[in-house]
Amino acid sequence: MADRSRLCSVWLGSETGILKGVSLSRKQAFNFCQVSSLSRDQEVRALCWADPAESELLVGSVNGTVKTFSTEKGLFTESRSCGDPAEDGAFTGLAVADGALVTCVESGKLRVWKEESSVHVLEVDAGKSVWRMRQSPEHRHRVATGGKENGLRIWDLQRPEQPVFAAKNVRNDFLDLRRPEWVRDMAFIPGSDKVVTCTGHHEVRVYDPASPQRRPVLEAQYGEVPLTALALVPGGTSVVVGNTHGQLALLDLRKGLVRGCLKGLSGGVRALQCHASRPVVASCGLDRFLRIHSLEDRTLLHKVYLKSRLNCLLLASRDLEEGEAAEEGEKKEVKEEEEEEDEVWDAMERVEERGEPKRKLTGEEEEEEEEEGVRRKSKKKRKKGQD
Amino acid sequence: EKEVKTRPGRWTGGQADSSSQGAAFPPTFSLSEVKNKQRRHLMFMKLKQEKRKQKMQLKKKRRKEREALGDKAPPKEVPKTIENQRVYDETTVDPEDEEVAFDEGTDEFSAYFNRLTNPKVLITTSDRPRGRTVRFCEQLATVIPDAHVYYRRGLALKRIIPQCVARGFTYLMVINEDRKVPNGMVLCHLPDGPTAHFKVSSVRLRKEMKRRGKDPTMHSPEVILNNFSTRLGHTIGRLFAALFPHDPQFVGRQVATFHNQRDFVFFRFHRYIFKNEKKVGIQELGPRFTLKLRSLQKGTFDSKFGEYEWVLKRHEMDACRRKFQL
Repeated sequence: MADRSRLCSVWLGSETGILKGVSLSRKQAFNFCQVSSLSRDQEVRALCWADPAESELLVGSVNGTVKTFSTEKGLFTESRSCGDPAEDGAFTGLAVADGALVTCVESGKLRVWKEESSVHVLEVDAGKSVWRMRQSPEHRHRVATGGKENGLRIWDLQRPEQPVFAAKNVRNDFLDLRRPEWVRDMAFIPGSDKVVTCTGHHEVRVYDPASPQRRPVLEAQYGEVPLTALALVPGGTSVVVGNTHGQLALLDLRKGLVRGCLKGLSGGVRALQCHASRPVVASCGLDRFLRIHSLEDRTLLHKVYLKSRLNCLLLASRDLEEGEAAEEGEKKEVKEEEEEEDEVWDAMERVEERGEPKRKLTGEEEEEEEEEGVRRKSKKKRKKGQD
Repeated sequence: EKEVKTRPGRWTGGQADSSSQGAAFPPTFSLSEVKNKQRRHLMFMKLKQEKRKQKMQLKKKRRKEREALGDKAPPKEVPKTIENQRVYDETTVDPEDEEVAFDEGTDEFSAYFNRLTNPKVLITTSDRPRGRTVRFCEQLATVIPDAHVYYRRGLALKRIIPQCVARGFTYLMVINEDRKVPNGMVLCHLPDGPTAHFKVSSVRLRKEMKRRGKDPTMHSPEVILNNFSTRLGHTIGRLFAALFPHDPQFVGRQVATFHNQRDFVFFRFHRYIFKNEKKVGIQELGPRFTLKLRSLQKGTFDSKFGEYEWVLKRHEMDACRRKFQL
């Protein structure tokens, strides 16, 4: 059990209550569930890492329990009951802030729980219906909530009386009717205060708490059906959104245009996540498959059949392909450099698409950008030589 | 007769010949160059007879060789069909799989399969149906026990559904009509179950069927579900099975068949009689139609805001002729 859980780089929660771990290097999926029995009220609704070292997972189920799963040992180590599902509804978000557990339920109650107590320390009313709660990766005590007819609100857990930012609905449409709002997922853009949300009315909106306007700074539309999941591409300029038809699109946040679509899903998307370092996005949904797409050429890299409908997904920060050895990673980098020199002419279009000369490279340059810059310079030199 | 007659003034340079005759050297003759239709027809018939004669000779030779070898003959080759060449689908259900068994045992149809509810079907159409659709609905109501046909009256489905649930219906079937012909079906399992949208084609009503038997009786039919092998196929198969009462009345000798082949589901309704232990006679009664699944939505009918478990994406899924979903 322990060795299997250490191999897994992707963790998924399913509707049958089983926690699934997938090892992509070995192309195997493992089920981890409590031995006693399977039942539908163990359905996993929220997953999050319990610590930055990613050795423990928190699993939130429909019956109101939050279980801790240790990836080192491969077992569920503890379980605590956080609330009554009959009046609260199911979990819509789990987070860990300063050692305390933060949970949010569908009825809008945002609660903070300390170690080993069954009574919450803090309770905030985040509206009548909350469909998602997300924690900011930079400021761990800030969370964002949003739901049906409940706009985006950003809460600071240290000052819980008033939200730090409460978004205002957009202006009435051309018939002077109120535009309905339904926030389904959100993400904090790193490097700034901005938050991007996707709505059930197929809109993607970017809000900036630093600016005086409470209305969205950018609004883009995609498709005709509700957008259910959102993932930020590291870099902060584009997002991947998924809708109920299983269409995944890559949208650029600078102008709000659709850059491309990722194909393959046949059912509604329930969760999306981009990997921290590699340009891949993992998606899972109602069609019982985990799919990993590459963001650069939008092809499908991996497809894994997991027999139940999947609700939520977590990627480990370590590299997906390699389970144990770092040597394989180095070999791959060497191969990539050799291939770059061969594919010099193919790289032409890629440079124009990304528009890199116009972009200001921030201090957080990734290795890939440097390599591409080097490649571009070498290609230019060769062009001159050929003339 | 077999000479190629060229028209006067026509260039018969080497290049023109090669382009018209295919192989440039040696110059061959093609049947399509003969301009006289009768002569061309006769020549073509002769060519076909020649070819057929050679084929029969080859066949005879092979059969003789096979008989000569006797037991050592290689096994007969099976011709390749699209069903033979079907790409293996990884979602094919393994009967011993516990997780899938648990998933199926606790899904939305579990109430029916645990014998807690009896099926009760409401059949309706799109607004203002024409004669053919009305007759189709009536015939469907005789085939499915405990089915009630209601006129649509332009009501919204989302408003009908709570009322059906209150009155104990387990299925809502809506036959969509286009240009006086039924062409779609929305089958919604009621308490909170999945909604399937099908394309209906090849509808044959009772009076159009040849050599049919008398009208179906009120006995519950047996149900045959063929070839639903993948996980999605299982869900659809269960959707059809839950339309009919649990215990078939064998006295009635009626059987409803849902046969899945190449993602098309063929519905037939027969009456059978066993003449002796090995021979059975069947007569087809009842309507006959073909269904193709277009989407399966989780939850009751909500096409705008519902979540889809499976949507037919023609350009992605129909690209490979040997890959099927059900």
